[in-house]
Amino acid sequence: MTISAVWKSGSRLRSGTRLMACVALAALLAAPLGATAQAAKDALVVGMPVEPTGLDPTIAAPVSIGQVTWQNIYQGLTRISRAGKVEPQLARSWTISPDGLTYTFALQPGVTFHDGVPFDAAVAKFALDRARGATSSNPQKQFVEAIDSTEAPDAATLVVKLKRPVSDLLYRLGMPAAVMVAPASAEANRTSPVGTGPFRFKAWAKGDRVELERFDAYWDKAHPARLAHATFRFLPDAQAQAAALRAGDVDAFPEFSAPEIYTAFQADKAFRTVVGNTELKMIAGMNNARKPFDDVRVRRALMMAVDRKALVEGAWSGFGTPIGSQYTPNDPGFVDTTAVLPYDPAKAKALLAEAGYPKGFAFTLKTPQMAYLSRSAEVLQAMLADVGVTVKIEPTEFPAKWVQEVFKDKAYDMTIMTHAEPLDIDIFARENYYFNYANPKFVETYKAAAAATDLAERTKLIGAAQRLLAEDVPALFLFVMPKLGVWNAKVEGLWESEPVPSNDLTGVRWAE
Amino acid sequence: MFRLVLRRGAGLVLTLLVMSLAIFLVMEVLPGDPAAIQLGTSGRADTLAALRQSMGLDQPAVVRYLAWISGMLRGDFGTSFTYGVPVAGLIAERLAVTLPLALMAIVLSTAIALPLGVIAAARNGTAVDHGATLFTQICVAVPNFWIGLVLILLFSSQLGWFPAGGFPGWEAGLGAGLKALLLPAVALALPQSAILARVTRAAVLDVLNEDFVATARAKGLNRSAALWRHVVPNALVPVVTIMGLQFSFLIAGAVLVENVFVLPGLGRLAFQALAQRDLLVIRDVVLLFAGLVVVVNFLVDMAYLALDPRLRGRA
Repeated sequence: MTISAVWKSGSRLRSGTRLMACVALAALLAAPLGATAQAAKDALVVGMPVEPTGLDPTIAAPVSIGQVTWQNIYQGLTRISRAGKVEPQLARSWTISPDGLTYTFALQPGVTFHDGVPFDAAVAKFALDRARGATSSNPQKQFVEAIDSTEAPDAATLVVKLKRPVSDLLYRLGMPAAVMVAPASAEANRTSPVGTGPFRFKAWAKGDRVELERFDAYWDKAHPARLAHATFRFLPDAQAQAAALRAGDVDAFPEFSAPEIYTAFQADKAFRTVVGNTELKMIAGMNNARKPFDDVRVRRALMMAVDRKALVEGAWSGFGTPIGSQYTPNDPGFVDTTAVLPYDPAKAKALLAEAGYPKGFAFTLKTPQMAYLSRSAEVLQAMLADVGVTVKIEPTEFPAKWVQEVFKDKAYDMTIMTHAEPLDIDIFARENYYFNYANPKFVETYKAAAAATDLAERTKLIGAAQRLLAEDVPALFLFVMPKLGVWNAKVEGLWESEPVPSNDLTGVRWAE
Repeated sequence: MFRLVLRRGAGLVLTLLVMSLAIFLVMEVLPGDPAAIQLGTSGRADTLAALRQSMGLDQPAVVRYLAWISGMLRGDFGTSFTYGVPVAGLIAERLAVTLPLALMAIVLSTAIALPLGVIAAARNGTAVDHGATLFTQICVAVPNFWIGLVLILLFSSQLGWFPAGGFPGWEAGLGAGLKALLLPAVALALPQSAILARVTRAAVLDVLNEDFVATARAKGLNRSAALWRHVVPNALVPVVTIMGLQFSFLIAGAVLVENVFVLPGLGRLAFQALAQRDLLVIRDVVLLFAGLVVVVNFLVDMAYLALDPRLRGRA
């Protein structure tokens, strides 16, 4: 063997090992991906656009808190089903006194919190008293404040006495803000939540994910969690959401953020896409105390200048349901009021002329930065221009600037916003709310509906309230945002619509 | 020399104090009440007042500023309004992502830029030089977040080699962690390396024309030995200056790139905290960024002394 041959074979050997090292490295890098795909049968990763701020839905308003915790970690006396109906949960039954002022709940026996603390009437009393306390920042305080007293005559009975009848109390008790929390763990729930639900909290890598695991001592043996592990990942950017879905990093995106990318998933057999309803009502609120919005003819004219169908098409790719009032098709007692002031630009112009604006007028539309709002604002601008009204779009930053300028200071002409709270038609009956709207007839109708003890009576009154708003248009009622659900075709059991902002994973599983 | 270090150290502390005041004032002027944001559209006057009190927002600005500074001096960074946990812990978790990311990006950009710049200068005017110029021009022109998006589309969505953003945490293993950081580091490093390569090329070209290089060659040193032994060390001062400056750009870039790759790093923390007006988190993170930049500049100054013996006498 010559020297040169040794040199050559050595070099061949070296390049061979180098190649092998590359292959090994590639295998090493690829291995974890394959492993997660294999083990994913009882683990699910759910994507959400917004990370919650804290994990206690009883102290802060952001809906993302409930979307992680409600029904997964925490449960209420009642719960709202995927069809928007009130169902028993930690209260297995109840009786209501004829005057509608006393509710007696029979509580579910054998329920324990994730830390082993038993759930009983004393705990339920604590949870309600905490929510209605003087310094409570409960987002449903408006309603729990109607509670006059709570009593726990025995461990399995809770008696709630009201100051005034509240027709939808059972519905409100089923919402995230009214979940049951225990005295010993309540304070720390914000960072390490403890509830009675089928999943217990495992970890929160802030800025990235919340991890839950199945709670083995869960009380409802008939409906245990099917998944052993559930992870919520937070991806604000629509491109990142799509990439994560395609790469298999995220199994489900119940509320996808961009309709223009969503259509690509609809054509893809690896994914199931379900378009449902949310509670997100997009409305263009007007400052009813300012000229010319104090004139109902002007407000009606603006409403009639808006083609809601075309707006949904232009702003959100045709996904979304037009509404005529502050109520959604999910809500009990919904009536369709979109025909009250239908799209009619000629009539709108005539109304404007009658109100003293034959040549139209100009105003400023304060528009938060979110894509769905700024796009809708641009479509509104074009539609109102057709009836001679000039809209100047002024960008504002949500939440910080908007909450200050519009919500607190009420320094605006018109704004555009999505309201996420279910059944929040009462905001038009509140004094000093940002619309500066005061209509005694509406307040009276709403109050009567809220206090009705008879279901038929309530349905009639809440329908009347919706019609009143549709005629008086304190805000331009536009459309309900769709729930653009997209998930791995093998995932079963996710909710199609969101009568309550939520991601109930109890019955969710992988198909065999 | 010692006096120089001392003087620079005192300047560093003064800079941080001025920075802290500036950050505090900017956050005061910025519209948006953290308590009102937390309550959202269900906010009422009485609950707002209670929440403001529990957040300490009802105190006068001077009191809050002094409380912040004295807390920092005692090592207490305060509590985040939104997360409800100590800011120090939040920052520590995030640094565990951002620091490795920044380091990887610096190493990558230097590893690309130095050889590229030196070779381009040594082969001045050849096809290699023109190729390098084209590469750097493209990389300078393209923003790092766009590179990030392209990398995700190619390597995550199409090829499936890397996760499409997110961070599994170091507890998932060193390999998994580095793998999650590699694409973002490349996205951060490419534009930086382009700038650095151009500066290196120019600096090396300048030195190549100096008389002592001709002398070295005349002594019989071959081209490559003269280049690496005499030219490159003398061209390093401007290169190190740019690397120091780039550190600040890297932090600014990290805010964007971390958002594209959904990495739970300091940049994303600052971005989220700003949107939520999580005042303490913003103040602490911005001050930390400012502190890092000031310290790096200080280290760059010290590096000059090490690189250029002529500067040592002047202090």
